[in-house]
Amino acid sequence: MSSSASSPPATANSAPAISPGHYTFPEHHYLNNGKTVRSWLLTLDHKRIALLYLSVVLVSFLLGGIFAMVIRIELLTPGPTIIEALTYNRMFTLHGVVMIFLFMIPAIPAVFGNFFLPIMIGAKDVAFPRWNLVSFYLYLFGAILAVWGMVNGGTDTGWTFYTPYSTTTAQGVLPVLLGVFVIGFSSILTGLNFIVTVHTLRAPGITWFKLPLFIWAIYATAIIQVLATPVIGLVAMLLSAESAFGFGFFDPARGGDPVLFQHLFWFYSHPAVYIMVLPAMGVISETVAAYSRKNVFGYGMIAASSLGIAFVGFFAWGHHLFTSGQSAFDAGAFAVISMLVGVFTAIKVFNWVGTLYKGAIAFTAPFAYICGFLFFLVFGGMTGVALATVSLDIHWQDTYFVIAHFHFIMVGAVIMGFLAGLHYWFPKMFGRTYHEGWSLVAAALIVLGFNATFIPQFLLGNAGMPRRYYEYPERFQALNVASTAGASLLAFGFIIIAIYLGFALLYGPVAGPNPWGSRGYEWMTPSPPPTENFDVTPSYEHPPHDYTDDAVDDPGFAPARTT
Amino acid sequence: MEATSARVMTAEGYLAPPPTPHHYEGNPGAHKHAVRFGMWLFLATEILLFAGLFCGYFVFRADFPEAFDQAARHLSLALGTTNTFLLLTSSLTVALAHHNAEHGHNRNAFWLLVVSIAMGGGFLCIKAVEYTEKFREGALPGRFFSFSEITAPGGPMFYVVYFFATGLHALHVIVGMSLLTWVAVRCWHKEFSPTHYAPVENAGLYWHLVDLVWIFLYPLLYLV
Repeated sequence: MSSSASSPPATANSAPAISPGHYTFPEHHYLNNGKTVRSWLLTLDHKRIALLYLSVVLVSFLLGGIFAMVIRIELLTPGPTIIEALTYNRMFTLHGVVMIFLFMIPAIPAVFGNFFLPIMIGAKDVAFPRWNLVSFYLYLFGAILAVWGMVNGGTDTGWTFYTPYSTTTAQGVLPVLLGVFVIGFSSILTGLNFIVTVHTLRAPGITWFKLPLFIWAIYATAIIQVLATPVIGLVAMLLSAESAFGFGFFDPARGGDPVLFQHLFWFYSHPAVYIMVLPAMGVISETVAAYSRKNVFGYGMIAASSLGIAFVGFFAWGHHLFTSGQSAFDAGAFAVISMLVGVFTAIKVFNWVGTLYKGAIAFTAPFAYICGFLFFLVFGGMTGVALATVSLDIHWQDTYFVIAHFHFIMVGAVIMGFLAGLHYWFPKMFGRTYHEGWSLVAAALIVLGFNATFIPQFLLGNAGMPRRYYEYPERFQALNVASTAGASLLAFGFIIIAIYLGFALLYGPVAGPNPWGSRGYEWMTPSPPPTENFDVTPSYEHPPHDYTDDAVDDPGFAPARTT
Repeated sequence: MEATSARVMTAEGYLAPPPTPHHYEGNPGAHKHAVRFGMWLFLATEILLFAGLFCGYFVFRADFPEAFDQAARHLSLALGTTNTFLLLTSSLTVALAHHNAEHGHNRNAFWLLVVSIAMGGGFLCIKAVEYTEKFREGALPGRFFSFSEITAPGGPMFYVVYFFATGLHALHVIVGMSLLTWVAVRCWHKEFSPTHYAPVENAGLYWHLVDLVWIFLYPLLYLV
């Protein structure tokens, strides 16, 4: 095997396309190992827990999406359209809380992280399987509490719960805060579990620098989950006490400080952005290698920049407070630190593009999402650097420009990463393949729809339309209609995905262990994997993402057929 | 899970045993390391939890230095110091209990844990005495504040921080005592040995954290 990573690209190899062959479904696998409801609900198998998460995460995504559509339909006309102002406030709160706390934070780490982290490091499970299950039920309980609280009490504060509004509004916020608190515990347990797993359960032969890049991303994410989440727990406690007893912690009339709330809140909520984005970056690092059939360019730099983003992410929160009364020095320091995030992100982008360069590219659905991801990340990242510039931010603060920016960078990137991962790993998780043509149609709809939804919002924000407003002047209507039309395209894209993936789940052609010809460690086991992850103890002689000519010709690599 | 145990050999080779917690089987050292490492990570989250509160303390202290000064003088230094003594000593006995459990001296460990729990109880009793006094005086947070002896503005803010920080800490004392009780019962049943004492160690670590937080709270609230 060639030890050098600089071998020429493996253009001689056939480009991977989904290739259902002559495989039969494995007889024993984690999906049919126990068929009772109990065997699912009390399972300790990380793969089944991942699927439990997946189901709740998808329901949350549907809920959040419906609320988003209601908001977009309401904004079709300058005046009232279909709902009242208070309902509108509740809708954007629901949309924000559900999408952030229930969908984006757990989406990739808790679903794909849970499923693939142990497999990728050759372990049979995570370090603490029981805590893993506890973590899922905490998440479920927190989710129910938060959604019930929002529907019942009609929280209308926005997902940021800014004081003094959240402590004076007549609408109940307490159950939502408790829900956020409980979900925080779940997030901490997941992160803790992953860190310990990576440290203690790597199979022999997997050294730190043979970890797949997805693992590095999940590891960096887990550090943020463990170190930032307790602070949102404290904030939720303080705010709950405040709204229940009126202690005045954040109430200037009693000597408290509302800006302190913003500091504490963003100390978690800014790193939380990286809890969402870093795992998506990890998925892209995996897929970009698989679909350009090349070694990842700059493995070390991609791994290190994940940790770099996690680190500087902790010290960037102040850019949310440029207009909240901060000294010029603080604002400047936070601006520079925020821009550092852009530097680390750019390192990744250059490395991904370097990987694509002269690769044998397979234009599959995950690849379409990679392209979307790169576009959203660069566009959202650049506008982010612009927003981190204090003088510009003062103009854009709380306008649709900010909305469009963070939807590009967080939502765009997370959804692209999530969908790329879902399409890349679907054959591994469920052992079946989906219809490739429809998957490309859906990807095109989603990428185009996303642009059509949020590019008009950049323009709206730049023209001065503030966020969270129920009514707007007539001159903004055309762009709002365009945005709503884009959102409808997005919705259609997701409906198509739901249909063909649902169909593939039941009737899709059997995938075989490695339909993509990927070199990821997780493809060395049958699809779907057995409960213990590997039938034969795997050996990890090649580095991750190793697509050198020698490696691909290596007969030891040829995936074992499960006939 | 039941179905797996029946499968041992297939054409593809040997099937690994069912997953976890057995996958540390044959490697108890790694398991002990994992459990201890997990506990340290959890303690890191606890530090961050209290860090936010300390942050609030410093902000409000900077806003109202005089009120904080006056209010700190009204706390009972004698009771606070006694409590510090109790908690520090209980950490010593917990450490000794850990040492004894590690060497299989379960009975010794049991009695040391009982002493630790008793000292934790003593801490809570003294705390309750202090709280009662505050309630009687009206030295309370926010709109409940009616303590005439603090003349400088911002008195209620001291008591918000005081009650929140010591209350959250007391909650941790209660959790810590429950954990110690749980391992004490297991000591009574002689469960621990040189190869198996991780629960004592982890409960002990938690108790040391409770102690550590107090080591910061005591000077900030009573001494400064």
